[in-house]
Amino acid sequence: MKEHVYETVYLREKDFQEGRVLFETWDPNARYAWDAGIAIGRFLQELKAGRLVGTRCANCGRVMVPPRMFCEHCFVPIDEFVPLEDTGTVITFSLCYVTWDMVRIEEPQIPAVIGIDGASPGMGIMHLLGEVDPKAVKIGMRVAAVWKPPEEREGAITDILYFKPL
Amino acid sequence: MIREVAIVGVGWSPFRSITPDLSYKEMMYEAAVRAYEDAGIDPRRDVDSFVTVAEDFNEGTSIFDEYVPDQLGALHRPVQTITGDGIHGIAAAVMQILTGQFDVVVVEAHSKASNVLTLPHILAYAMDPVFNRPLAAHPYFIAGMEMRRYLAETGTPLEACAQVVVKNRANALRNPLAGYGADLTIDDVLASEPIAEPLTRLACADHADGAVVMVLASGETARALTDRPIWVRGIGWANDTFWLESRPWGQARYAYLAGQMAYSTAGIKSPRTEIDFAEIDDTFAYKELQHLEALGLCKPGEAGAWTLEGGTELEGEFPVNPSGGSLGEGHLLDCTGLARVLEVVLQLRGEAGPRQIEDAEVGLAFAWRGVPTTSGAAVILSN
Ligand SMILES: [Zn+2]
Repeated sequence: MKEHVYETVYLREKDFQEGRVLFETWDPNARYAWDAGIAIGRFLQELKAGRLVGTRCANCGRVMVPPRMFCEHCFVPIDEFVPLEDTGTVITFSLCYVTWDMVRIEEPQIPAVIGIDGASPGMGIMHLLGEVDPKAVKIGMRVAAVWKPPEEREGAITDILYFKPL
Repeated sequence: MIREVAIVGVGWSPFRSITPDLSYKEMMYEAAVRAYEDAGIDPRRDVDSFVTVAEDFNEGTSIFDEYVPDQLGALHRPVQTITGDGIHGIAAAVMQILTGQFDVVVVEAHSKASNVLTLPHILAYAMDPVFNRPLAAHPYFIAGMEMRRYLAETGTPLEACAQVVVKNRANALRNPLAGYGADLTIDDVLASEPIAEPLTRLACADHADGAVVMVLASGETARALTDRPIWVRGIGWANDTFWLESRPWGQARYAYLAGQMAYSTAGIKSPRTEIDFAEIDDTFAYKELQHLEALGLCKPGEAGAWTLEGGTELEGEFPVNPSGGSLGEGHLLDCTGLARVLEVVLQLRGEAGPRQIEDAEVGLAFAWRGVPTTSGAAVILSN
């Protein structure tokens, strides 16, 4: 084995800074503006008005949120929008101790799926929980949406600030 | 081929410069519903596998295959998404059927080009990051350089390239699916602004949104489903080198190789006499001429004169791009090849309306993946 062991020098930060190691970098300029279409367009419009809306499949009867114009189970078109409550039940959650770009945080973010009242079982909205002790969060906990003030809403999922315990 | 394969259903969402009324999912759903209705199948029951074609950078979503099942009726079913052109998707579906494990396979591709705000940057991102991208030239320069070399090697006049635009955009006027039908003259094309000389603006296809879905089936299943199956006789695909520094600029070698593979699968010895018409990539006008020659549909250097004489017009001896091609329909990104195949299917079924070619029995569709690629795919269909 010994004949395969060589003297080596580790790369140091300084080697990069001083240009002793050559590499290529590039920052992509990738920007998009997605057409919301019928279902998402209506959903965002309703968010701006401080309401949640779903759609009902005439075939299987499921009330779906976020709304869609076709049922992925029955493969039939949908055209019935259904008003929903802005309250619901925690289906699952996590206590997240890193930000999206992996910076450690002391107070956890609490992403959760909230089964929305009025929608079919298992149909929910992905959001954050707030005004709650992380240790107190439980599956099955009842929560309600906390909305931005009307003048600050822009037709986005962030028009809801978070859900808090009822 | 070791097993018969046919296209038994086609569907689309029309090709338009913008489509603000529909999300990409709703657009795909529209095309899928049409295709399943056309094939007389229920995707929740009758389809064995789904192949979609998409490039994450065009979609703006990583791992885009996650987002395709629902709107195709593919939930809980075998699904794969490949990056390539739509005809690569057809090739994947054909191979799945040839295994004997699948009888009905669906292929989908779409374009939401209007949603990509920095499309030229996304295109430039396809260039080599070390040798080419830092030069920061719009990637259409590649087409300009290739066109110059093609014209120089073949002696093709600029007017012949312009005539491709005139022909294809006029054909598009007879195609309700096409977004860019127009009544132009050779002078209009030559006088339009230079993009990358000798390429002018009107000699470049504009982008369009749209979706195409196709249902493929094995021979026995195809005959049971429909009395007008469109048979896949041959398919081929090939890539040349990526090096801009050393590619064969005058000729489209990838098209020659893809064509040869498709011809040999189909048992075609003399493409010009055994094929009745073709839908051929015309992302840039000169490309139609270069591809015609590479595919052996005329001799090298003859495509220009043939075009100027009207041989490739709708009423000509060998119609090319009766749909209007990408120049007339709009360039559909990854869906471009499926748009070519769609027209071949409609023509072979006798469903092309005012642009119907009489007695069409065998058609060729050829797609190129656009600059800076040397990636091509060909399929031969018959009724
Ligand atoms: Zn349903």
